[in-house]
Amino acid sequence: MAEIFSLIITAILIENVVLVKFMGICPFIGVSKKTDTALGMGMAVTFVIAISSALTYLAQTYILDKLGLGYLQTITFILIIASLVQLVEMAIQKLSPALYSSLGIYLPLITTNCAVLGVAILNIQKEFNLIFSVIYGTSVALGFTLAIFLFAGVRERLETSSIPKWMEGFPIALVTAGLLAMTFLGFQGLSL
Amino acid sequence: MKEFLNKIIKENPVFVLLLGMCPTLATSTSVSNAIGMGLSATAVLICSNIVISALRKAIPGKIRIASYIVIIASFVTIVEMVLHAFVPALYKSLGLFIPLIVVNCIILGRAEAYASKNGVVKSAVDGLAMGLGFTLALSILATVREILGAGTFLGYHIFGQGFQPATMLIMAPGGFIVLGIVLGIINVITQRKGGKNNG
Repeated sequence: MAEIFSLIITAILIENVVLVKFMGICPFIGVSKKTDTALGMGMAVTFVIAISSALTYLAQTYILDKLGLGYLQTITFILIIASLVQLVEMAIQKLSPALYSSLGIYLPLITTNCAVLGVAILNIQKEFNLIFSVIYGTSVALGFTLAIFLFAGVRERLETSSIPKWMEGFPIALVTAGLLAMTFLGFQGLSL
Repeated sequence: MKEFLNKIIKENPVFVLLLGMCPTLATSTSVSNAIGMGLSATAVLICSNIVISALRKAIPGKIRIASYIVIIASFVTIVEMVLHAFVPALYKSLGLFIPLIVVNCIILGRAEAYASKNGVVKSAVDGLAMGLGFTLALSILATVREILGAGTFLGYHIFGQGFQPATMLIMAPGGFIVLGIVLGIINVITQRKGGKNNG
């Protein structure tokens, strides 16, 4: 139990996927102009990562390892993720149109979110079992949601403040992200 | 030739189009990492552009993105094996970010926007130009970060004994801040140029 708890805290705070490990920067910068769209993106990513962690783990253990095809890992994983995203999109569209209208536009973008593929590979590298893979994946995704939500909150404030003209837009957003990353450095001292 | 230079500088994938941010920030901690990542991505970009443009009439429109991803992933696997075999030190320091070249938006972006519409030779040149633009951007960021953050350039110490490097710059926050400031400086330069042209 304690092991699971420390895994969750590590994934969310100490090794935050965006601010410490630099994965998933594209959606982090791209869809963080408003807090509600940021939350939507976070939820969609969490959903996909949780399922893809389980699927990629199963594919690695029962197909690739059994057949000695370890070198096909990258191709297999990205195909699983791409088809999963497509399936999830179709399923949500059929089952819950309300959820689809709020998450729909973010789903195709998730295929190229490197956090999804990154987590799948990390699960294998860290030699987690199925349950740990899913827990780790979900916590990483929650860390992503936390980071993008905080960043969107700051960016909403930035809209109304006056910024030197040459720093407007992306430059100031990146510096803000840097400051946010600095605060997350504080968690490095936490040892579990 | 002019188009080639334009793609490296005026349409720079990182500084102007803001694509491929994850590897840009993660591997620009040292110049050698940056060049390694830049050249690996360039190799994948050229090969995938060639194959995709050669197959552009054979790939059905509806499954084109999936096909592109499979082609890109195959080349990434080849690059990964080559790096593992010949430059193990670089392989180790780039680590997770080698397989993650698959999801580098620059590569899929060029496949969709350029290689699927143009001939093989033009696509190969486009891949080379975009790849070099990516490498150039990574090297600029890495130069700033390595010199100020570690006091070295390509691993050689360039300051005296008393120099205290600002380690923060090679850590995560430094990546964001340096990229932000470099983008700001580029804004200043383009605004000045724009002003001159108008006046």
